[in-house]
Amino acid sequence: MRLASDPRVTAGITALAAVALLIGGAFTGLLFEGAHDLSGAWAALDPYLLRVVRFTLWQAALSTLLSVGPALLVARALSRHPRFFGRGFILQLFALPLALPAIVAALGILALYGRAGYFSGLLSAVGGQGWPGIYGLSGILVAHVFFNLPLSSRLFLEALQTIPADQWRLASQLGMGPRPAFRLIEWPMLRAALPGIAGLVFMLCITSFTIVLTLGGGPAATTLEVGIYQALRFDFDPARAVALTLLQVALTCLVMLCLTRLGANTTGDANLPVAPRRYLSVGAGETILNIVLIALALLFVAGPMAATLAAGLGADLGRLAGEATVRQATLTSAGLAFVSALLSVLLSLSLTIARRALALNRRAGPRSLLEHAADTGAGLVLVVPPIVIGAGWFLLLRHAGDVFAIAPIMVVTVNAVMAMPFAIRAIRPAYDAASERHERLCALLGIAGWARFRLVDWPSLRRPLATGFAFAMALSLGDLGVIALFGSDSVQTLPYLLLARMGSYRTEDAAGLALLLGLVCLALVLAADWLGRGEKA
Amino acid sequence: MRTLLYSLVSAMVLAAAVPAFAKDKLTVYTYESFTADWGPGPVVKKEFEAECGCDVEFVSVADGVALLNRVKLEGGSTKADIVLGLDTNLTAEAKATGLFSPHGAVADAKVPGGWSDDTFVPFDYGYFAVVYDTEKLKTPPKSLKELVEGSADEKIVIQDPRTSTPGLGLLLWVKSVYGDKAPEAWAKLKAKVLTVTPGWSEAYGLFTKGEAPMVLSYTTSPAYHMVAENTQRYQAASFEEGEYLQIEVAGITTSGAKNPLAEKFMAFMTGPKFQDAIPETNWMFPAGKTDKPLNPAFDKLVKPTKTLLFSADEVAANRKAWVDEWLSVMSK
Repeated sequence: MRLASDPRVTAGITALAAVALLIGGAFTGLLFEGAHDLSGAWAALDPYLLRVVRFTLWQAALSTLLSVGPALLVARALSRHPRFFGRGFILQLFALPLALPAIVAALGILALYGRAGYFSGLLSAVGGQGWPGIYGLSGILVAHVFFNLPLSSRLFLEALQTIPADQWRLASQLGMGPRPAFRLIEWPMLRAALPGIAGLVFMLCITSFTIVLTLGGGPAATTLEVGIYQALRFDFDPARAVALTLLQVALTCLVMLCLTRLGANTTGDANLPVAPRRYLSVGAGETILNIVLIALALLFVAGPMAATLAAGLGADLGRLAGEATVRQATLTSAGLAFVSALLSVLLSLSLTIARRALALNRRAGPRSLLEHAADTGAGLVLVVPPIVIGAGWFLLLRHAGDVFAIAPIMVVTVNAVMAMPFAIRAIRPAYDAASERHERLCALLGIAGWARFRLVDWPSLRRPLATGFAFAMALSLGDLGVIALFGSDSVQTLPYLLLARMGSYRTEDAAGLALLLGLVCLALVLAADWLGRGEKA
Repeated sequence: MRTLLYSLVSAMVLAAAVPAFAKDKLTVYTYESFTADWGPGPVVKKEFEAECGCDVEFVSVADGVALLNRVKLEGGSTKADIVLGLDTNLTAEAKATGLFSPHGAVADAKVPGGWSDDTFVPFDYGYFAVVYDTEKLKTPPKSLKELVEGSADEKIVIQDPRTSTPGLGLLLWVKSVYGDKAPEAWAKLKAKVLTVTPGWSEAYGLFTKGEAPMVLSYTTSPAYHMVAENTQRYQAASFEEGEYLQIEVAGITTSGAKNPLAEKFMAFMTGPKFQDAIPETNWMFPAGKTDKPLNPAFDKLVKPTKTLLFSADEVAANRKAWVDEWLSVMSK
């Protein structure tokens, strides 16, 4: 009974309800429309589907492994060197790939590793024959690592930064070398974050569509998402789309269950930090290793972005910037991304707080369903394709008036919810760690509600909230999902404009717009970073 | 009392008169590249508004498939009077929705093979073609057979028939040439396919980036490069078996049938003022009378020796089976 009256839990329940409403409403709309003809849903279950499922899972698992593994090392390297020239810029750069529409990233990657890429001469010389390009599974993996390595590095880093400074002081007092420090201090923290981050990357890869088709080399490389897209777009078979989406959700649930076994729950440090800063002494050998690691990751991520930049500079940027449509789209994109990110961070924070409150109230014993839902449930929204949500709601509301007038609301809500898993990953480690430290003190002093948030939580949440905000914004900026299916004059975003230009021979314009999109994202990320930094101690 | 009556009457007269001052409106749903600044939309709007003294409102979506979906979504309550931009592969499905109304007698449309349909009227057409990069490929294939059986080193980028209109076009092209032997042809062609993209944009992007010397596009694609970019570099290959035709059409919705402007627009659409705008804005061939001669670049384009086309009903009846057939060969 105490639970229901806890405002922190209520906030979480509200956030969950909003997510459930969004997805439930979409499914209702689709099923209502598709109920009269369920044959498509059954027909979808054929032997070919089995192959698709196998490939979908296989590529997603490999992509996750290749993204998360190196990201662990990169994040650790970055955390070992909290201050060096360009560190901040690297982190900002790492938020950018998410904002690039898949085809822009694919073209950027091909500009390096494609048959006509910068490296093709070199690679042909090494291979002894014409470089065949990276089409096939390798291309898919390179692209997925390009998107997810920087993302997971930043999220792991966020977790590592919650290690209390006292632990580092103690470690240095005990003369702990890097190896035991990793085993005793860093690894437990990374391991606690691992299932969540790996799950997030897995979900992003399982729903990959343009990358898989474009770089996959043929329909042998097909994901379930292609089937969902086809069902909704070409065949307009809502029942089949729902069946495939549910299959996708079920498969993801299974994988998430397996992933949680990898993880560990850390008990955070309940003491208030007294050490003013981290005591880190990194040996020369390790420093060199770390420099190499960071440099490799940077080259890998910056390469395709540099290619995108170079292609963009070839466009007539002056004319583009002068076009009213482009300016309008820039404003629309930035505005929608900002509002989505804000909403996303709010929802994520409510969920994080509620999950923590539930965990605290539980003390021992198995986790309740609500806690599970607040923990991983919201993350599953990522594997419900935006076009499914969009189509469902349009079907549901079409009798209620001009549904296309609500397109902007649709875009904002769907993007906000889609970005929640990112924001939660960024916010939760810091919130949980802070709560572990302050919970008793707050209870003792009777600080609660807004006062507690402002005085106690905010200072330690500021930076991770900004990280979450930046990722949510990048994701929304690059998103095309909801409007791709029906399009709408009222929501012409930069990616929409970009694809439209590409679709009418204006490849240079498209490259210029990709550059513009990257710049807008960088500007917003910088702003989020600046806000997150606050008064520096 | 008298003044009250007077003012009441005058108010009623005014109220009745106001709608007469507001211009009549015609709402046309179409695809995005039609209404873009460089598309035919702005010209068409200006010309038709001058002729009818009405307002034309364009509502645009991504492409022809999205167009049909949008109309399906809105159903009977659609605001569209006219839906412009479906192709013949979509018309059977569009008719089946019952949301389109037969047109009256609309002037003759000029498309290869003639046209007779009681619901849809063509506004332009084009042929699918293999476009190649002359700097990379000195001897382009002269037939579909040569393409299918040629060296696997000369790659082509194609589109997925499950998600893209040109992708479906190539599938139908191969089917119309090879018939029951289509799976064998695809099995051979597969070695030359660099990748299968979800849409035309991705494929053409890879092609212009130099990833492959050939791409599936339109015979009119080189015209864009010649006129807008002043380069002869990209050319279409002419195939002995002929090229597959794509006809783009417009239709009046059931709600649009009540708007007298809809019929007028359909007649206008096949006339010179509309048709003159098509070639160099939509990069397709006009499907009606034009006043201006075609840009000379269009004379340099490949002229198909034979026009290949399945009827809308044949496509509707077989699409799923043919796509499955393609899928089973291509995903081996």
